Amino acid sequence: MTSLLDVENLRVTFPTRSGSFEAVRGISFSLGRERLGIVGESGSGKSMTGRAILKLIRKPGIVTADRMQMGGTDLLTASEREMRRIRGRHASMIMQDPKFSLNPVMTVGSQITEALLTHEKLSRAEARKRAVAMLDAVAIRDPERVMSLYPHEVSGGMGQRIMIAMMLIPNPEILIADEPTSALDVSVQLQVLEIMDKLVTDRGMGLIFISHDLNLVSNFCDRILIMYAGRIVEVCQAGKLHEAKHPYTIGLLNSVPDLEHPRPRLDALQRDPAWREAPSVSALT
Amino acid sequence: MSAIEIRDLSVYFGEGAEQMRAVKSANFTVAEGESFGLVGESGSGKSTVLRAIAGLVDSWTGEMSVLGTPLGRKRAPAFFKQVQMVFQDPYASLHPRHTVDRVLGEVLKLHGFSDIDARIDRLLDDVGLGKGFRFRYPHQLSGGQRQRVAIARALAPEPRIVLLDEPTSALDVSVQAEILNLLSDLRAERGLTYLMVSHDLGVIGHMCDRIAVMQHGEIVELLDVEKMRALQAEHAYTRHLLDSSIRSVREIS
Repeated sequence: MTSLLDVENLRVTFPTRSGSFEAVRGISFSLGRERLGIVGESGSGKSMTGRAILKLIRKPGIVTADRMQMGGTDLLTASEREMRRIRGRHASMIMQDPKFSLNPVMTVGSQITEALLTHEKLSRAEARKRAVAMLDAVAIRDPERVMSLYPHEVSGGMGQRIMIAMMLIPNPEILIADEPTSALDVSVQLQVLEIMDKLVTDRGMGLIFISHDLNLVSNFCDRILIMYAGRIVEVCQAGKLHEAKHPYTIGLLNSVPDLEHPRPRLDALQRDPAWREAPSVSALT
Repeated sequence: MSAIEIRDLSVYFGEGAEQMRAVKSANFTVAEGESFGLVGESGSGKSTVLRAIAGLVDSWTGEMSVLGTPLGRKRAPAFFKQVQMVFQDPYASLHPRHTVDRVLGEVLKLHGFSDIDARIDRLLDDVGLGKGFRFRYPHQLSGGQRQRVAIARALAPEPRIVLLDEPTSALDVSVQAEILNLLSDLRAERGLTYLMVSHDLGVIGHMCDRIAVMQHGEIVELLDVEKMRALQAEHAYTRHLLDSSIRSVREIS
């Protein structure tokens, strides 16, 4: 399998008054034309990993790696100018909350066409036509009307579908979705995920799906990386999650209340200090 | 005598043509010692019901009574000795410049307790934090620890009813498990009555005996937890909610 992205020994460090803090501590993984899930608790470094790939970590944060290769580009040496070309065109990112990631003073239409016009040479009329078609593809009814709305005039689920449309319109090869549905209601969640899943599969893209919800990820991904304290503790094939061996993975699975299998008490996760020290599992293929 | 009785409750927001009915003629009764759940999507009015009971919203019509006492527009101090509330976001519900000691001490003083010092230590023990946390500020605590402080604050006046507004939705699943276990233990020890709001059917199914399902401000169905677990819902919307929640848990293989 040709990989779209290879990352070796990635570290994200933040200097603090009491020494440096490593949010990501030497992880390696590759992404092919597949759906890769990254799961962990808050503070496990999963979002930092997603941001580091697009070099979106602000100073004073430091990103280091032995290798970070996206297609033909070496991300480590790429200039900010080159990164701007890569973001959107080759890899784009969907953030958690549409309320904070859409521009509140631009209409939906101008935001989507802007994403397209940045990367392609085409007329405004043509861009508009493509944007309407894209909104239609993310199952938005009456896309012509939605084009002229402002973000505060749409619901959360619609906002997230607009984000997906905006991120997919320049046709990137890699989509990074950071908790794309955590801010949405359960019933809307599935709809948004199904749309994203379908578009990603149809276009043969690579998807990195970052989430804290192990069960959700297992439904929508082919391969899952489980992160703990900045390292990968286990790599699982999605269908074989029940065969997971690491006590942390098992603990996470057992701490979710299950409607169909009620238990008098939920299993609280007993954290072992050794997990933190164990070397990171490689997820290179 | 039932712990909470709600008859024909409607809650309004806004005025004139802009007026909107957030809760439409809700009826339900919570028995003493029971754990009752309200589920629904955002905007369904579930939190508004809780806020109306707590006296945080006064634009309502209908009848509400708590432990046999009818509720008016204003809440008497005695009401807060019986009913306390835990809020959703532990990051927003604690004063950032007050220590845990001050947060708990203030509540105890307001409720006229004299042995405040001993009570603070005991409350912290009860919620599994211990004395070591007494002089910390909220920013020195994790999300789960803050929610434990919020629970300790709610328990301070020794209430009989606790209103829980999405108490674990801002927490990781592993921390959620600890908090839910703590809430179950406290209810068993003290014979508390819970009225819990959540969008997560798994959590509601784990914590509650009976459930009311809300949609667009109306209670569309009341059902027992056994029925919910067996997926025997009558109303189409409840079935849709159950289906979404089961599908996001079960593997599509």
